[in-house]
Amino acid sequence: MSTVADDLHHDDHHDHKPSGIKRWLYTTNHKDIGTLYLWFAFIMFLIGGAMAMVIRAELFQPGLQIVDPNFFNQMTTVHGLIMVFGAVMPAFTGLANWMVPLMIGAPDMALPRMNNWSFWILPFAFLILLSSLFLEGGGPNFGWTFYAPLSTTYSNDSTALFVFSVHIMGASSIMGAINVIVTIFNMRAPGMTWMKMPLFVWTWLITAFLLIAVMPVLAGAVTMVLTDKFFGTSFFDAAGGGDPVMFQHIFWFFGHPEVYIMILPAFGIISQIVPTFSRKPLFGYSSMVYATTSIALLSFIVWAHHMFTTGMPLFAEMFFMFATMLISVPTGVKVFNWVATMWRGAISFEVPMLFALAFIVLFTLGGFSGLMLAITPVDFQYHDTYFVVAHFHYVLVTGAVFSIMAAVYYWLPKWTGKMYDETLAKWHFWCSLISVNVLFFPMHFVGLAGMPRRIPDYSLQFADFNQWISIGGFAFGLSQFIFLALLLKACRKEGEPVSDKVWDGAEGLEWEIPSPAPYHTFETPPVVK
Amino acid sequence: MSEQQYQKYYVPAQSPWPFVGAVALFLIAVGAGNFVIETTKGKEGFGGWILLAGLVVLFYMLIGWFKNQIDESMSGMHSEQLGRSYRQGMSWFIFSEVMFFAAFFGALFYARVIAVPWLGGASNNAMTAEVLWPGFEAIWPLVKTPDGTTTTAMGWFGLPLANTIILLTSSVTAHFAHVALEENKRGRLKLMLGLTILLGLCFLGLQVEEYVHAYREMGLTLQSGVYGNTFFMLTGFHGLHVTLGTLLLIIMFFRVLKGHFSPQNQFAFQAASWYWHFVDVVWVLLFVFVYIL
Repeated sequence: MSTVADDLHHDDHHDHKPSGIKRWLYTTNHKDIGTLYLWFAFIMFLIGGAMAMVIRAELFQPGLQIVDPNFFNQMTTVHGLIMVFGAVMPAFTGLANWMVPLMIGAPDMALPRMNNWSFWILPFAFLILLSSLFLEGGGPNFGWTFYAPLSTTYSNDSTALFVFSVHIMGASSIMGAINVIVTIFNMRAPGMTWMKMPLFVWTWLITAFLLIAVMPVLAGAVTMVLTDKFFGTSFFDAAGGGDPVMFQHIFWFFGHPEVYIMILPAFGIISQIVPTFSRKPLFGYSSMVYATTSIALLSFIVWAHHMFTTGMPLFAEMFFMFATMLISVPTGVKVFNWVATMWRGAISFEVPMLFALAFIVLFTLGGFSGLMLAITPVDFQYHDTYFVVAHFHYVLVTGAVFSIMAAVYYWLPKWTGKMYDETLAKWHFWCSLISVNVLFFPMHFVGLAGMPRRIPDYSLQFADFNQWISIGGFAFGLSQFIFLALLLKACRKEGEPVSDKVWDGAEGLEWEIPSPAPYHTFETPPVVK
Repeated sequence: MSEQQYQKYYVPAQSPWPFVGAVALFLIAVGAGNFVIETTKGKEGFGGWILLAGLVVLFYMLIGWFKNQIDESMSGMHSEQLGRSYRQGMSWFIFSEVMFFAAFFGALFYARVIAVPWLGGASNNAMTAEVLWPGFEAIWPLVKTPDGTTTTAMGWFGLPLANTIILLTSSVTAHFAHVALEENKRGRLKLMLGLTILLGLCFLGLQVEEYVHAYREMGLTLQSGVYGNTFFMLTGFHGLHVTLGTLLLIIMFFRVLKGHFSPQNQFAFQAASWYWHFVDVVWVLLFVFVYIL
C-alpha cells in the first residue's frame, strides 16, 4: 500500500508539478489535459488547413494542374475529418477540461485518469488516419461523410484503417463526454445550483449528452461499412436486400446532432464573453438554457434534411423541412439575447469581444443560408454545390472556430497569468476576418450558379470567383501563423502580468482564483451564494 | 454541505495506465485494420500479430489499472461523492452502449419496414422493382435476396427460447446476489454469483451451437443478405457483450472470495451487475425483434 500513501503525500503539495515528459504522458490534471487537447487541436487545425491549401491551389484555375483527382478526393475527405474530429471537437473538449471545473468550483474533472486516456488515444487515431494517406492506393477518398457505396464498393483497402481510427475517435469523444457530464452533475460547489451555472457549462452539459447519444451510432455506421466492404454483408447494397440510402439515414442520425456538438459550446463561449465586455449580465439567461435544450432535442429529428435529393416520400421531405425550420426559433432567441445583452451596455472592443461580435454576425449569416438550404424545393438546386460549402464553412469557421479563438483570447491571460500580445491579436483578428470573407463569401455565388463541390475541375465561367476564393484561402491560412506566434509568446510567459479578474466586467468563479491559475484549484469547494 | 461534512475528493496522482491503454488501442486499431485487409484480400502482413500484441498490452493495462483502483478502494480513499461519479459514469457508458445497439436495431427496422418493401415495389417503386428485380418477393425474414441468394430463417422455439430463459434466470440470480451482498450474507452471495456466471457460460455455449447449426445446416451466414447481416451482427455484438459481462462477473467472483465488497463499498460489483442486466434487456429486445417477429 506504499504507493497509495505516496499518492496521498503527493496531493498535499499544493502546487507541485511533476516535471519532464511524464508530466504530460501520465497526467491526471484537468489543466494539463486541457492544454494538451488545445495544442493537439491547433496542430490538427494547421494540418487540416494545409490540406485546404492544396484544395484551393488546385482550384485556383480550371483544369487539372497540381494534384490528380484521387489525391484531391483524399484531401477533401481528410481535411473534413481532421477539422471535425481533430480540430473543433478536441478544442472544445480542451476548453471544457480547463474551464468547467474552474467555473463550477470543482477540484478536477470527476474521472481524472479516464480523462487522460480519452486525450491520449486521439493523437494515435489521427496518426493512423494520416499514415493511411501514404499507403498503396492512398487513404480515404470518399468524403468525410463516407457515403456507401463510395466507401464500400468503390473504396480502397485503407478503409479498414479509417474505420478503426474513427472507432478510437468515437471512444475518445464518449469518454470525454462522460467525464464532462459526470463532473457537472456531481462536482458542483455547494450553492452552484442548475440555474446558476455559467452558460458555457450548460451548453457543454447538453453537448456531452448529444455526444454520448450519437457517437455510438457513428461507430455502428463505420462497422457496417467495414463488414459491407470486407465481410460480404449487404446493409448498403440493394442486391442483398439493403439500401445505400439507409447508410445516409444512419450517418445523418449521427451527423446532425454532431453539427450541434460543434456549435453549442460556441454558444456557451459567446454567452460568457458578450456580458463581460458589455459590462451587463446576460440578457435572458433562462431562455438561453431552454433554447439550448430545444436545439439539442430538435437535432434528433431533422437529419434527413441532408438527403432531400436522395429519394424520400413527400411526407418525409415535408416533415424534415418544417422540423429544420423550427430550429431557427431557439437559435433566433440566442442571437436576440446576445444583441439585447449589448444594448445600452458599456461595450469595449478587446480581441475576445471582436471575435465574439464577428461570430454573431457571421454565424447568423451562415444560419440564414442554412434556412435557405432547409427549404426542400430550392435545396434541389443547392444540393452538393458550393452553396452548401459556403453555408457550413460560415457556421463552422466563422462560427465554431471563431468562438474557439475568442475563448482562447478570453481565458489565455487566466491560464498564463500574462496578457497576450495585443498588437498581434488585433492583426490576427482583422486579417482573419477579412480573408475569411474573401474566402467563403463568393462560394455562395458560384454555388448558386451551379458549381458542384468535391470536384477538382470546374467550368470556365467560375474562374474569377475561384481565384478570389483561393487568394482569400491562402490569406486566411497565413493569418493563422500570427496566432501561432502569439501563442508561442504566451507559452514563454511574455507579456504584462494580469490581475485575478483580468477583465473588469468578468463574473464567475474562474476569475476569483489567482492568475495564472494554480496547478490545483478548489481542493476545498467554494460556497456559491 | 457544511465544512465538517466535507470529505476531500480524491484526485489521483499521475498514472501510467491511461497512456499504456492508449498505446494498446493504437496497436489494436492498426493490427485489426491490417488483419482485416490481409485476411479478406489475401495479402501478407503482421496485422494479426500487432492485434495480438495490442490485446496483451490492453490486458496488462486493465490488470494494472484495476489493481490500482482496488487498492485505493480497499484503503478507504473513495468518498461517497467519488462513488457517485463512478456510478454515474457507468450509467452513461451503458447509455452509450444502448445507442450502439440502437444503430443496428435501426438498420434492422429500416431494412424490414422500408428497404425490402421498396425493393418489392412498395411506395412509388413499382416500376423500379419491375425493371431492376422482377420476380423479387418482399417478405421478412428475407430468405431470398434480390440477387438470388437463398437462406432459411431462424425460428424462435427451441434453442433461442432456452437461451432466453437462461439469460432471464441469470438476471434474477444476479439480483439475488446483490441482495445477499446488501444483507451481508456472503455464502448466498457466492452461490448466486457463481450461478449467474454458470448461466452466462451456458448461454455462450448454446449461442456457439446455434451459430454452428446456422452455418452448417441452415445455410444462414453473415453473407446471406440483409436478414443474415442483421441477425449475426445483432446477436454477435450481443454475444461479445455477454462475454465481457461474464468476464466482469468472474473478476467480481474472485474479489468476493477475497472478501472484498460490503453493503457500503460495492461500486465494481454494482457496475458489473448493471452491465449484466443491460445485456439481458438487449437480449429480450433481440428475441422479440430478431427471432419472434
